[in-house]
Amino acid sequence: MLNVGKIEEGFVLDHIEAGKSLSIYHHLQLDKLDCMVAIIKNARSEKMGKKDILKVECDINTLDLDVLAFIDHNITINVIKDGELVDKKELTLPKEIKNIIKCKNPRCITSIEQELPHIFVLTDEENEIYRCKYCEEKYNGHF
Amino acid sequence: MPMRHLMNPLDFTVEELDSLFDLANDIEKYPARYAHACDGKKLATCFYEPSTRTRLSFESAMLSLGGQVLGFSDAGSSSASKGESVSDTIRVISCFADICAMRHPKEGAPMVAADKSSIPVINAGDGGHQHPTQTLTDLLTIRSLKGRLGHFTIGLCGDLKFGRTVHSLINALVRYPEIHFVFISPPELKVPDYITDMLTEKGISYEEVIRLEECMPDLDMLYMTRVQRERFFNEEDYVRLKDFYILNKAKMALAKDDMLVLHPLPRVNEISVEVDDDPRAVYFKQVQYGVYVRMALILTLLEITV
Repeated sequence: MLNVGKIEEGFVLDHIEAGKSLSIYHHLQLDKLDCMVAIIKNARSEKMGKKDILKVECDINTLDLDVLAFIDHNITINVIKDGELVDKKELTLPKEIKNIIKCKNPRCITSIEQELPHIFVLTDEENEIYRCKYCEEKYNGHF
Repeated sequence: MPMRHLMNPLDFTVEELDSLFDLANDIEKYPARYAHACDGKKLATCFYEPSTRTRLSFESAMLSLGGQVLGFSDAGSSSASKGESVSDTIRVISCFADICAMRHPKEGAPMVAADKSSIPVINAGDGGHQHPTQTLTDLLTIRSLKGRLGHFTIGLCGDLKFGRTVHSLINALVRYPEIHFVFISPPELKVPDYITDMLTEKGISYEEVIRLEECMPDLDMLYMTRVQRERFFNEEDYVRLKDFYILNKAKMALAKDDMLVLHPLPRVNEISVEVDDDPRAVYFKQVQYGVYVRMALILTLLEITV
């Protein structure tokens, strides 16, 4: 059994689908933060069989967690302060996501316009449908 | 009120469209009143791909309002050929003109321009995505000649699978009451499922038929479209289908006396020339309404009242 110590302040992202922790690490831009991050892969889970966990020690206001809902809204976010669990955050689908996914429509202006952000807008909350802000192409891929 | 652009025909509410169409009808009735409404104003027509008719319609609209026009008519004669972005181009154009009509082969390009622009931008067609002023033209033509938007049966005929104009018109018409749609196309070019799903969800009635003759007596309006050669993978399919839905005098004889025939033009051979003299053929009047609606749109976006 591998032991990873407690964190004083930050987040524990639990119930990440096994194998997705590294992509979440990049999308939360944790590589740009000067803080302690533990990436636990393939941890045993009664519910999921295998899961990933991310522990991030940082000021709880520094991370934009909206993107997590888009990636996987089953992730549990535990907010830690002074070594204690102080909050569990519910994930809601973000209304807009920027530069997380790319528009794959070759006829879209994003395919040629220099440094244009790839923005997707939530157009159907019930069916979790995102469309490119510019060409309205539906995002069909899985994250 | 913040500056407005026109990207999509649904950008305007039904009430706003009513005001726009009232203005267009007033322009039609009293053109002299509007002849100097845009004195000193300039329209930039930024056409990254050729579209002579749409560009000339915009230019005619601005000239009829007393304004002036400048612009380019293909990407080769613009700075785009040197690699300039749409964002940069519109910032430059904003210094030269008061309003811009933009056509671009890439979908969403006018929206990129609108985001960076300090003047109103009108989407004059972006690839296969939107062509809102065509839809406004269609709606104004129907409203002016039929006296109403709603309470009618409309047949849409031809390439319903790829036809941007048709999809856009359907989306605009579903906001009006009691419209029954009849989709007339070969099975290969039938209207996409997402449109029929949307109609079912909204409880709007529609039917799909193969032969134009079948439904002619029921129609209050017939919207014809061209079957485009470039939509087909091979020449054989194109040749087989292109003559499938030709409107001629014999088919017109089956229609109501007050049925209207619309077409976004250009026509190839889907409407026989012999139909042109029939008073029910209104596709050339439709072009004139295109100028009126663009005049009304320019005035509205520039917030000019007469």
